[in-house]
Amino acid sequence: MSNTAVLPVVIPVAIPVREVLPWLLFGFVMMLALYFVGAEEGATSLIPGMYIHEFVHDGRHLLGFPCH
Amino acid sequence: MVRSLLIRGMLAGFLAGLLVFGVARILGEPPVDRAIAFEERLMKAAHPGHEHQDEPELVSRDTQRGIGLFTGVVVYATAFGGLFALVFAFAYGRIGKLSPRATSALLAAATFVALVVVPDIKYPPNPPAVGAPDTIGDRTALFVGMIVVSIAAMMIALAAGRRLLPQLGLWNASLAGGGVFLLLVIAAQLLLPAVDEVPEQFPAAVLWQFRIASIGIEAVLWATIGLAFGPLAEAVLRRGQRGQWSHQRA
Repeated sequence: MSNTAVLPVVIPVAIPVREVLPWLLFGFVMMLALYFVGAEEGATSLIPGMYIHEFVHDGRHLLGFPCH
Repeated sequence: MVRSLLIRGMLAGFLAGLLVFGVARILGEPPVDRAIAFEERLMKAAHPGHEHQDEPELVSRDTQRGIGLFTGVVVYATAFGGLFALVFAFAYGRIGKLSPRATSALLAAATFVALVVVPDIKYPPNPPAVGAPDTIGDRTALFVGMIVVSIAAMMIALAAGRRLLPQLGLWNASLAGGGVFLLLVIAAQLLLPAVDEVPEQFPAAVLWQFRIASIGIEAVLWATIGLAFGPLAEAVLRRGQRGQWSHQRA
């Protein structure tokens, strides 16, 4: 904790909610990415075939998603 | 400011993804390979004589455990890093007077409990050969449902702890909040249906190794995101605050 003496202490000031809200759109994009790793061509399917499922197969298992 | 936090969250996630790939490759792949070998033995036993013509694989095993695994874990980790930054942007300055680094570490620990520990106790991760293909829809719904319940329980516990803070003080209010979380989670886990689709002769040691590897991967992921994002966020917030002050003075 030696650097706390040197650097000015940041007083926790909450970021106004209205500043955060628009960025939730990116949250949706992140969720879509998670969906493709975790469930596409498994529980549901947007793109026909099994390529994505087979490609991320090991990751899907090891990250804890139900897979086939 | 939120934009800078989001970028740094994804950066922390990407970094975590690289570490996770290493762990997944070293600890995760051996049990996956053994599970696939078991699956093949099972298939041969089911169709004796019918010499198992290796059907052309869509994606080779080498690709699956190489670039496929890498892509999967890095996309997953980067996406969660970004989501983590957004949650941080909401939580910072709203859960006590914690520094950015402490907020990040605490939030990552809470996320690990809500997103990994709780769902995995009820619906543990399974290697190949475990799980009937026709129940994938139900199992995915239950798994996601368990995560939603777990996150909701954490938010309710946080609100309860907050409410009790004036009467009980920080220590006891935190304990009470933890108690609320446990009660809600236990109730949900007792009510939700069990899933057990482990084949009769599946080697117990492989199942254990796989699950430990899977939970270890998540532990590395969230520890890295929590610890790496803190200092990055602190730099952004310090700059932001200075900017705000000079703006006010002007």
